[in-house]
Amino acid sequence: MVGALLLVFTGITVALSYVDFGARKANIAVAMLVATLKAGMVAAIFMHLAAEKRLIYRILIFTGFFVLGLFWLIYLAWYDYPVFH
Amino acid sequence: MEIPYTVSTRPDTGLWNAKVGIWLFLASEVMLFGGLFSAYIFLRLDAPPGMWPHGLLNVPVGTMNTAILILSSVTVVLAWAALKMRRYRAYWWYMLATILCGVIFLTVKLVYEWPQKFDHFGAYIKPEALGKYEQYLGNEHAAAKGLPPRLEITGHLHNRAALTDPNIKEYEVYLDPVNADPTNPAMDRPHFLYVPPTHKLAPIEKEDVERATMFLPTHSAYFASYFTITGLHGMHVLGGVLVFIYMWLPVSKKLYQRNPEHLANRVEVAGLFWHFVDLIWIFVFPLFYLL
Repeated sequence: MVGALLLVFTGITVALSYVDFGARKANIAVAMLVATLKAGMVAAIFMHLAAEKRLIYRILIFTGFFVLGLFWLIYLAWYDYPVFH
Repeated sequence: MEIPYTVSTRPDTGLWNAKVGIWLFLASEVMLFGGLFSAYIFLRLDAPPGMWPHGLLNVPVGTMNTAILILSSVTVVLAWAALKMRRYRAYWWYMLATILCGVIFLTVKLVYEWPQKFDHFGAYIKPEALGKYEQYLGNEHAAAKGLPPRLEITGHLHNRAALTDPNIKEYEVYLDPVNADPTNPAMDRPHFLYVPPTHKLAPIEKEDVERATMFLPTHSAYFASYFTITGLHGMHVLGGVLVFIYMWLPVSKKLYQRNPEHLANRVEVAGLFWHFVDLIWIFVFPLFYLL
């Protein structure tokens, strides 16, 4: 079942964090990838998005657009500071 | 006045109203947490080497809480399914399980994890005094291994009065394992199991310290974001639990007897919120506990 699968993935996330992928960035990327996969499973199955009406998708596309915009602002602002990169 | 479209679908949207409502609400929640997560990313990317702590949180406890939250997501789906099949008894039990999971999650956070942080002490050493505390920091070892510099000494503060009393000139700290034995290779990476402070007591002179606090939001950008995000998430868990309790109490049985589909829809909507809270935690857990 999905719940069991999610628990397995939680275990995988913990285990992977103790594996060195060569760079901290790589470890973060792997962990976020697993988390996104889990979040996708929760959304698609628990929240039964897999079989939802079009209106809901429209709301979500809208949200996705703005949240990506939000993260993009961070990316822009990152270069505004003369700090330690 | 009767609220329209609680059960029947509205012709233009093709959905009952609460469904649209909860998704709009969740969309706004995505922006709320999105703002905080982007603040986290920003703070973290700009943190100078050695200024973003690792391994301060208890991984097994965090893993357990993750599992509890996932389990509660399963039970709330089962509760909803039981209602759809008109099995109120089963619904009642699944709902109780969900509520208990939420309560356990909050209890672990508020009774165990947070107080343990409040009781932990850290002192950032001034750059010019780092050499003086080399025996606790092991920066030569860290540099040789290519690890970030260690700028902070942590542990259990023995003389807590030192925080407020200006006449006390030094902090007496029962060192955390990493500061008690800094050149031990086992300390190069965070421990999986939580290891409490050792019995090794170290005096740290106040004039060598840049800033010293308990592990509160004032300690660092890390703990500021940790407490903000887990605090907001915890308030969502609390909100969810309160709603579930209402749906579990006899009041809701009356609704069930009058219009079972209406209660099922309420549970579905509350469940959607609950899954969202679970989903947020799925990101919070690796970001704060593991990386």
